[in-house]
Amino acid sequence: MQKKLAGRTGIIVATLVIFTYFIFFGSGLPKKGSVKQLLTNSIHLGLDLKGGTHLVLQVHVAEAVAAQTDSDVARLQADLAKAGVAGAQVAKLDPTKVDIINVANVTAADTSKVRGVLNGTSYSSTYDVASVPNGYTLTMKQQSRKEMESTVLQTSIETIRQRVDSLGVAEPVIQQYGLGDNQILIELPGISNADEVHNAIQSTARLEIHEVVAGPASTEADALQTLGGSLPPDDMIVKGASSVTAAGNSDMFYVLKRVAIVSGTDFRGAQPVRDPNTGQSQTSFNLTSGAGERFYEFTSANVGKGIAVVLENRVRSVASIKSAIHDSGVIEGLSEDEAKNLSLMLRTGSLPASISYLDTLTVGPSLGAASIQHGVYAAIAGMLAVMFFMLLYYRGAGINADLALVLNLVILLGFMGLTGSTLTLPGIAGVILTIGMGVDSNVLIFERIREELHLGRAPSAAVQNGFAHAWITIIDTHVTTIVSAAILFLFGTGPVRGFAVTLTFGLLANIFTAVFVSRTIFDAILNRKQRGEALSI
Amino acid sequence: MELFRDINIDWLGKKWYLLAFSLVFSVSGIFSMLFWHKIPYGVDFKGGTQVHVSFDRTPSEDHIRAAFDAAGIKDAKIQAVRGDQAARPEVLISLPEKSDAVGFDARAAVLSALQANYHDGGFKVESSQTIGPTAGEQLRHQALFATLYSLIGMLVYLWFRFELIYGVAAVVAVFHDTLITIGAFSLTNQEITLTVVAAILTLVGYSMNDTIVVFDRIRENLATARRETLATVVNRSINQTLSRTILTSGLTFLTVLSLYLFGGEVLHGFSFALVVGILIGTYSSIAVAAPMLVAYQDWRIAKGKTASLPGKRA
Repeated sequence: MQKKLAGRTGIIVATLVIFTYFIFFGSGLPKKGSVKQLLTNSIHLGLDLKGGTHLVLQVHVAEAVAAQTDSDVARLQADLAKAGVAGAQVAKLDPTKVDIINVANVTAADTSKVRGVLNGTSYSSTYDVASVPNGYTLTMKQQSRKEMESTVLQTSIETIRQRVDSLGVAEPVIQQYGLGDNQILIELPGISNADEVHNAIQSTARLEIHEVVAGPASTEADALQTLGGSLPPDDMIVKGASSVTAAGNSDMFYVLKRVAIVSGTDFRGAQPVRDPNTGQSQTSFNLTSGAGERFYEFTSANVGKGIAVVLENRVRSVASIKSAIHDSGVIEGLSEDEAKNLSLMLRTGSLPASISYLDTLTVGPSLGAASIQHGVYAAIAGMLAVMFFMLLYYRGAGINADLALVLNLVILLGFMGLTGSTLTLPGIAGVILTIGMGVDSNVLIFERIREELHLGRAPSAAVQNGFAHAWITIIDTHVTTIVSAAILFLFGTGPVRGFAVTLTFGLLANIFTAVFVSRTIFDAILNRKQRGEALSI
Repeated sequence: MELFRDINIDWLGKKWYLLAFSLVFSVSGIFSMLFWHKIPYGVDFKGGTQVHVSFDRTPSEDHIRAAFDAAGIKDAKIQAVRGDQAARPEVLISLPEKSDAVGFDARAAVLSALQANYHDGGFKVESSQTIGPTAGEQLRHQALFATLYSLIGMLVYLWFRFELIYGVAAVVAVFHDTLITIGAFSLTNQEITLTVVAAILTLVGYSMNDTIVVFDRIRENLATARRETLATVVNRSINQTLSRTILTSGLTFLTVLSLYLFGGEVLHGFSFALVVGILIGTYSSIAVAAPMLVAYQDWRIAKGKTASLPGKRA
């Protein structure tokens, strides 16, 4: 008995030492620093405590699908022409269905040629081809669309990450968000300046260069008029300021070719520069070699025509092609800030689809600090009240319960330091609740021991039976609560997850302290007592 | 010290009073949810903007409102809150959000309205949140499903450890607690936010704990008692565990109360839910869950089936 007891005491002391180490140093090596520094190093504070920004973004992936089908329309037109098909029309007739391409006016003589082109792997691998009277319908395969959307989402996440890195945020979270389709979660601890974040993310806009078909016109109807009243399926109308630098001018309408000549990912580098003659701000850019060739081909064939720089579905500047451009150019008509932002954006690559905010939350650092203070006060007050009551009510055994409670807290915080979990405000509440519920196991056991003593059993038998009976109940209650905490963790977000984590760790630690530690203390006390001496409980 | 010893209360004999008590609270809560304050969702569930502003000195609500009117901001709800920083009084400004594409515009509008038209003293934006209605709805669904799944998870565990009827009785009791807690939020017109939902889920776990302690004892007593009626066994089990039930609830209540009193504004709703829920959760394991076991058995006898004592399996 004595030997066994010593072993168990050893385990308890070792646990205490190890977890105290975890609280201060996490899973790393010992470091030097003040107690406060060490604590904040190992136990991460959530946004609500530290201050920072939390954003949920929606990526409009359908735009990227539309861009893909647009360029496939152009490719198909070219391929059909190459195959000698005349008169067939390739277009997207229903603007709400971005994934469907219609091929119409196919003459009986051309049917086999068209069929031959469509059966080529470049189409049949991504599209389901269905035959309709005088033509075909190409619907993007579900799997291709899914793959594409997920690529778009991943590219967006990567791009935003690069941009956020330029803000110099420590430990930013940028990941897919599970609540809705194609959403991104961004958490920037320590950055609570909304404007700064806004600028960095806003500049992650979508940029493309399109051919100008007609415009500018002062109304949408006027713009349509220049085309004879109806919009050809491969064109689109985009709004933009008549002069980008002059603020306050009413919007003008441009008719642009739907297919972009170059888009976000085609840019290799960009710098803000000034026009040597006018002194106006500009952004000079370089294109990747593939895009450069495409751009050269287009510009040399279209000298004199207009091209429009479209940023976030808005025309930002229009220029006419003076000569063939190979792989570099300038975007004119920008303010100094715009030129700087645009350059940054082009350097890191723009998003493949536009984004919008679903949820924005910023918390200032002083509010968080006040929350920590209040939470810690509440925890200490609650804990002292509980400890005092246990001493009053159970006397000797109260010390036992209080020791278990303190150890419970040490293990809980140590766990958090070890795993680098995040402590949120509800997490602090979870800690406080753990204190309340942790003491429940002790109460269960003590009440059971008292009952056994009332039945006239000897102290050692009463302790033995008390623990044995209470054990079943403790397991049942802890497992059910851990089940609900696990579900909270799976379905919750941010602060709620932090709460679930602390609650689970707290309960696990509690099984150890209330059962193993308390039992050891009881046994140690019983060991010293003479036979028949009463137990203080 | 010992407060409870050899208690002998006939809980089941008072079941009609207990039922009436539960009915009064749940029905008044349901009425409030349906006809009075409805379910007062917080900004994270219904969408909208909330800006927390702290002022150098106690602000005049009328002046803030005038500042918004001058800037053309309508529908702003201005509410003084118990601040987290004693020296700086705080005001919560809420705006409804209609569009899903939220940005930082609402925050900027509030800020510029105050900057332009509020001259009583300095102020600072402490925090701001804008959520689109769709994102709010998604969160609402998520919260609802999290609650449902955790109930199902517990039902299955109790089914496995006890018997199905125990699981059903426990889940009904927990559902009763959730209903009354949400009802209390509706009656007092306090906002239900994401953290409140976390608190309610904690309650689900807590109330379940309480119920299991009683059930465990019923199971244990049934294993030895052969001649007693189920009602007697249940009564005895409740009384035997009563001291533990009251002590634990009292102690947990103590910690939650300290959270409610010292926890500051952000945790106010959270601790309110726990304060209400711990009282109700303790009550329901005695007054709802255990009587259900007896009622189930009575019903089986009335239907002419054999009276099975649930719990021989232990």
